[in-house]
Amino acid sequence: MAKKILIVGGGLAGTIVANGLCRQLRDELAKGSVSISMLGATETHMYQPGLLYVPFGRMRESELFRDQRKVLDRRVPYVVDPAKHIDVDKKQVLTASGKSYSYDFLVIATGSRIRPDTIPGMAEGAHWFYDLEGARKMRDALQQFQGGRVVVNVNAPHKCPVAPLEITFMLRDHLAAKGVLDKSEITYTYPIGRLHGLEPVAHWAVPEFERYGIKSEIFFNTKSVDPKAKTITSEEETTLPYDLLVTIPPHTGQQVITDSNLGKGGWVATERNTLLREGSDNVFVVGDTTNLPISKAGSTAHFEADTIVDNLSSLIKEDRWARHYDGKVFCFVETGLDSGTYVWFNYLTPPNPGPPSQMIHWFKLAYNRLYWLSARGLL
Amino acid sequence: MAERHKVDARGAFCPGPLMELIATLRHSQIGDEVEVWSTDKGSATDIPEWVKKVRHELVSVNQGNGYWSIVVRKAK
Repeated sequence: MAKKILIVGGGLAGTIVANGLCRQLRDELAKGSVSISMLGATETHMYQPGLLYVPFGRMRESELFRDQRKVLDRRVPYVVDPAKHIDVDKKQVLTASGKSYSYDFLVIATGSRIRPDTIPGMAEGAHWFYDLEGARKMRDALQQFQGGRVVVNVNAPHKCPVAPLEITFMLRDHLAAKGVLDKSEITYTYPIGRLHGLEPVAHWAVPEFERYGIKSEIFFNTKSVDPKAKTITSEEETTLPYDLLVTIPPHTGQQVITDSNLGKGGWVATERNTLLREGSDNVFVVGDTTNLPISKAGSTAHFEADTIVDNLSSLIKEDRWARHYDGKVFCFVETGLDSGTYVWFNYLTPPNPGPPSQMIHWFKLAYNRLYWLSARGLL
Repeated sequence: MAERHKVDARGAFCPGPLMELIATLRHSQIGDEVEVWSTDKGSATDIPEWVKKVRHELVSVNQGNGYWSIVVRKAK
């Protein structure tokens, strides 16, 4: 009997796992002793970090998408039929269309989603760039914006932890280029007592904010937005007026995780080194879906996926584990429209951002193209 | 019935133990407790400071075995 590997989720994490397994298990796939299949929610694969550039007209919508079947190795059947229930005891996944898929090994890669609807008034009163529709609306709002009070509001949890700082610096550069910066005021809010969760990044951001005249409001945990009065209020009872509100909405995991009792908030309890679901020896979890205390980011998904590829193929070929995931994360940080820096860290090594440079910004722009090689498992 | 949620944020640099606590409180019920494990000594001051500011309840702060264990009760 062929060993069945089922991957649920067609984002970056699931796709790297699928393509990596195809290379590692090519002999087993050829002789039919292994099969790999994937369930996804859409026909297309989106380069999510590209959404950051859409509001500024610096990336075309068409550049964000590829046909998922063309990104995936052709040996992986891809079915657009999202999972509705995952039964880890019966080793079975039920889908929206009512079909049932059994597996020997399961990889859960269902990801996260934005939830502006969980904060009163946010969906009506705020802009965001974390999905295409939001990025389009924000692009339109920026085109019409002729100066005023801009609030960049950050909520937890959210994916891509450096994106709030990036959008703030890019907004500042955009308003300067448009000639309305002198009529504008940017205020950045953050839930804890500094500008970023990463302490070195927070320290780095303080003089950058001072240099650019960006104001901040720390200890700001959003309670509600009043779209009519154009104000945003925190649990700490601070109210800020705005003319343009850009929010990083809170995220949750997917409904299928909650409905399957696999984790509160849609996050699956995951062992930090093996990336196995806690309590399972044949269910791996990858990318945003885990409850691990590390960044929900593409690079996290990538490094986790590489570990799962090595371990799953090693288990199938040699019945042994290959290696542990060490918590590695790497993030580019855009510090404006023409400069950038980066951070990397793992479970044991703290991050240490270097001085911004134009060259790192160009690396980031290059990666916007190289992403598709990452998704194919070639980079 | 109130539950206790455990957040093992040892070695968590980004977004960090306090942001993990906030994320867990979001899907907790009033009265639930969240126990955060952190190897970052800053958590022993950051988390109580945030809890006071947001007006949840600090249950305990303990250190041992190379990490801090901080328990917070969701109050609202």
